[in-house]
Amino acid sequence: MHELSVTEAILKTVLKHAAVNSVHKILSISLQISKLSDLEDNWIQRYFDYLSKDTVAAGALLKIERLPLLVRCEGCAKSFETEPADIGNMVCPSCGEKKVALVPGKQYIIKNMEAV
Amino acid sequence: MDPIRLIEIKEEILSDNNQLAEELREKLRKSGTLLLNLMSSPGSGKTSLILRTAEGLKNYLHLGVIEADIDSTVDAEKVAAQGVPAVQLRTGGFCHLDSSMVAKGLTALNTDKLDVIIVENVGNLVCPAEFDTGAHKNIMILSVPEGDDKPLKYPLMFSVCDVLLVNKTDYLSMSDFNREDLRRRVLALNPQIKIIEISCKTGEGITEWLDWLKNALADFKAKR
Repeated sequence: MHELSVTEAILKTVLKHAAVNSVHKILSISLQISKLSDLEDNWIQRYFDYLSKDTVAAGALLKIERLPLLVRCEGCAKSFETEPADIGNMVCPSCGEKKVALVPGKQYIIKNMEAV
Repeated sequence: MDPIRLIEIKEEILSDNNQLAEELREKLRKSGTLLLNLMSSPGSGKTSLILRTAEGLKNYLHLGVIEADIDSTVDAEKVAAQGVPAVQLRTGGFCHLDSSMVAKGLTALNTDKLDVIIVENVGNLVCPAEFDTGAHKNIMILSVPEGDDKPLKYPLMFSVCDVLLVNKTDYLSMSDFNREDLRRRVLALNPQIKIIEISCKTGEGITEWLDWLKNALADFKAKR
């Protein structure tokens, strides 16, 4: 359900950039979203299609890249990537330490768009 | 046909919300009002915690409450009955609060004389975690009947909070809830989080929570 608020924010931002760049039509939009986020790709696209109907962004494809979760080992201080499903059993691949912690920071970025 | 252009944007998706949240935080910092965002599943004890907090601190500080619910005013009525200034935001189906909704609540509540405002977010462990409300601290409740595996299912929520209150400890003897497993899972997501076990029913741990809140307020006022 919160995809709607996020999608409105995406549309507002791309329309602002479309106006500045005298764009006639937005073809695609590249997004980067953390794997920790529960945003559903399908719903973002569906809401986007609905909200963008009468704008230059109508029909644009959302390309969503999921950013990996970064974890830092408290033993050797090295960082490694993990999947949300493995959060319960994280072990440092370098030294085997179990005391590891997620590197904080949510990431939701509109990277670029293809347009004519 | 015109050539396809690649236009760089590199903007935070929620930049408008984040900016307003920063403005709210700064405004309240200047006026000396600590804003807490309280999040949890439905029925884990948010309103009970607010009532306990109001009771425990009534001679110590001025508390205000912003309640959010999809469609009811029951919570605000309960809180107001205790003599605590409260406003109810009806989110009309929305599953979370954002900074613009909190701004409306702050306008409706006269914040000048308040030391602490607790925002009771919509009961939900998913959506509220994604939106900055402008709060200075995020607090969450996990109640014992919900289970010790919740950090595995809702990692974002546990990673954005400053305090985890484990409520309904009076149910511990009736469940297989493992406190050590919970601690380990939560600390892996968020090593800085403060974990306090409480029971709003028996009062266990409430003093520790109130002490945390008093200290947080003292720190906050000292940094003005």
